[in-house]
Amino acid sequence: MDFFDEFPSLGRGPLRDIKKAIDASFKGFSREYGEALEAFFYPLLKFMVWFEKLLIATPWPIILLIIGALAWVGSRNIKLVVGSVLAFGVIGFFGMWEDTMATMAIISVATIVCIGVGIPFGILMARSDRIQSIITPVLDVMQTIPSFVYLIPVVMLLGIGKVPGLLAVCIYAIPPIVRLTNLGIRLVDADVMEAATAFGANYKQRLWGVQVPLALPNIFAGVNQTIMMALAMVVIASMIGVKGLGVPVLRAISNQYLALGLMNGLAIVALAIIFDRVSQQYGKRLQKHREGGHGV
Amino acid sequence: MVSDIKVSIKNLYKIFGPNPESVLGEAKAGMSKADLLEQHGHVLGLKDVNIDIQARGIQVIMGLSGSGKSTLIRHINRLIEPTAGEIIIDGQDVLAMSDEELLNFRRFKASMVFQKFGLLPHRTVQDNAAYGLTIQGMDKDEAIEKSSYWVKRVGLAGFENHYPAQLSGGMQQRVGLARALATDAEILLMDEAFSALDPLIRTDMQDVLLDLQEELHKTIIFITHDLDEALRIGDDIAILRDGAVIQQGSPQEIVLNPADDYVRDFIKDINRARVLEVSSVMDSKKPRSGVKVDKEMVIEEALQIATANDYKPLIVTEEGKAVGSVQFDAMISAIARPEKDAERNPEYR
Repeated sequence: MDFFDEFPSLGRGPLRDIKKAIDASFKGFSREYGEALEAFFYPLLKFMVWFEKLLIATPWPIILLIIGALAWVGSRNIKLVVGSVLAFGVIGFFGMWEDTMATMAIISVATIVCIGVGIPFGILMARSDRIQSIITPVLDVMQTIPSFVYLIPVVMLLGIGKVPGLLAVCIYAIPPIVRLTNLGIRLVDADVMEAATAFGANYKQRLWGVQVPLALPNIFAGVNQTIMMALAMVVIASMIGVKGLGVPVLRAISNQYLALGLMNGLAIVALAIIFDRVSQQYGKRLQKHREGGHGV
Repeated sequence: MVSDIKVSIKNLYKIFGPNPESVLGEAKAGMSKADLLEQHGHVLGLKDVNIDIQARGIQVIMGLSGSGKSTLIRHINRLIEPTAGEIIIDGQDVLAMSDEELLNFRRFKASMVFQKFGLLPHRTVQDNAAYGLTIQGMDKDEAIEKSSYWVKRVGLAGFENHYPAQLSGGMQQRVGLARALATDAEILLMDEAFSALDPLIRTDMQDVLLDLQEELHKTIIFITHDLDEALRIGDDIAILRDGAVIQQGSPQEIVLNPADDYVRDFIKDINRARVLEVSSVMDSKKPRSGVKVDKEMVIEEALQIATANDYKPLIVTEEGKAVGSVQFDAMISAIARPEKDAERNPEYR
C-alpha cells in the first residue's frame, strides 16, 4: 500500500543530479558566452547611462517644460498638461527628482526596446496561425512566471546592473504589445483586406497601407500596457541594481520606513497615471476617422 | 452584337473542404451538392460552370444566397482558388498566372466593387479613390489628380476630404465605384455592389452605372440576387443554382423561356412589360397604315403608343423597314403573369 500513500517521486539522488546537471551546464554556458553577451549589450548600456545622465543633468525647469509639451502633443488637453507638470513639481519638491529621472530613463528605454522588438513579433504572429501557436505559450510563460525566477539566470549571465535590469523589465513588459499588435492586425475588417487584395496590393502594401494603420489603436493600447507593466517592475529591477524610485522603496521595506515607501510608491503611481492618460488620449486621437454617424 | 468574347469560364469547379481533390471525381460525375456534403463532408461551391462573357457588355450573374455567385466572381481575379477549370481572359488563363502576373492583372486589368464597400476607413474619399492607382505604383499627387476626375464623375465633388464613416451608404459605394473606375481597368467586377443600398438609392446607382457604361464600354460582370436589377442592367444574364449555371441568355429570353421552375419562380413577380420587346408578340401581317415602332421597343412603351392611337395595330420595323405588326390584345396577354404551366398559351411565347 506504500504506492498509494506516497507519490511515486524521483529519489533524492537522481533529482539532485538533474538539478546539478542543469546548473552546471548553465554555468558553463554563462562562462562561455557571458562576456560575449555583455559585449553585445554594451552599446545599450552606454546609451542607458548617457540617457540617465542627460535626464539628471538637464535643469529641472527644462524637463518640466518638455513634460508639459509632450503631454500637450499627446493629449491636446490642458488639464492633463497642468496635472502632469504639477505632479512632477510635487515629486521634485519632496526630494525624489533624481530617482524619478532615473526611473524615467529606464522606463523610456524599456518601452523603446519593447516596441522595437514587440511590434515585429506581433506582425509575424498575425501572419500565420502556426507562428501564433508557437509564440502564444512563450508569452504566457513570460507573463506568469514569477519575476524572481528569471532574475536568477539573467543575473548569472550578466551580473548586476542596468542591462540585466532592463532585460527583466522587458521580459515582463513585452507580451502586451506583441499580443495587441497581433490582435489588432487580425481584427482588421476582412472586407477591407479583400478589397486591398483585389486591387493588387502585395503583402507589404497590405501590411503598411491597411493592416498596421487600422491596427494602430490596438497597437497603441499595447504600448500603454507595456509602459504600465514596465513601471510595475521598477521595484524588482532595483533589486538587481537599477537606480530609481525602486531603490528607496526597497530600503523602506527592509527598514520599515512607512513614509519613505509611501512617498516613492505614490511617485511611481503618479508617473503611471500620467503616462497612461497621455498615451490613451493619443490613442483616441488616432481613431478620429471613426467618428461620424455611420458605422464603418 | 459582334461576338467578341472577353472572359471565358470553362469547366470551373470549386469544392470547399479538407481535401477537395479527393472528391473532384464524384463532383464531375454529377453527384449533387447535398450528397457530396452528406457522404464526403465537402461543400460543392461551383459545379461545371461555363460562361462566355462578351466584351464591352454587362454580364449579370444572378442567384439566391448560397448559389455560388460571390464565389464565382472571386475566381475571376482569383481571390478564391478554383479546384479545377480555366478562366481565359484575352487569351490568358488567369488560373495559370504567376504571383507577379496575378498582381499586375489585379492592378491594371480588373477592378472590383464590393457589397460592403471595402473602403479604407482611415483614408479620405480622395485617397480611397486614388488607392488603386497608388497600388499600381503611381506617384501620390498624380494619382489624386487622376482619380479626382472620377470622384467628380460619380457625384462626390465637395466630399473629397471626408472620411468614409461620414458618408451615407450610397455615397460610400460611389467612392467604391470611383476607386474601381480610376484604375482604367477594362474589366469591372461588381459583387452585389448595390444590394446593401435602399431601393431608391439602388435605382439611382444603377442609373449612374448605365450612364458611365454608355461612354466607357467596359466589360462588367455584375452579381446580384435581385432579378429586377438583373433585367434592368444586364445585356446577358446567367442564373446560378447550387453552384451550377441553369440558364444563360438575354433578359428577354429568360423571361420568355424560363428553363425550369426555379427560374420561373424568379421571374413571376417582375414587370414583364418593361422587359419584353414587341418582337416577341408580333405577327407577320403588314397593315398598310399605322404607327411604326422598332421591334426592340419594350411593350410598356408600345402600349402607350397604341393607347394613344385608338388601340390600332402598330407596324413593327427593323432598321426602318416594316417586318410585321403587333396587336394591342397580344401585348396585353404577353404581360399577364403566366400560369404555372407556361405551355398553356404557346401563341405568345
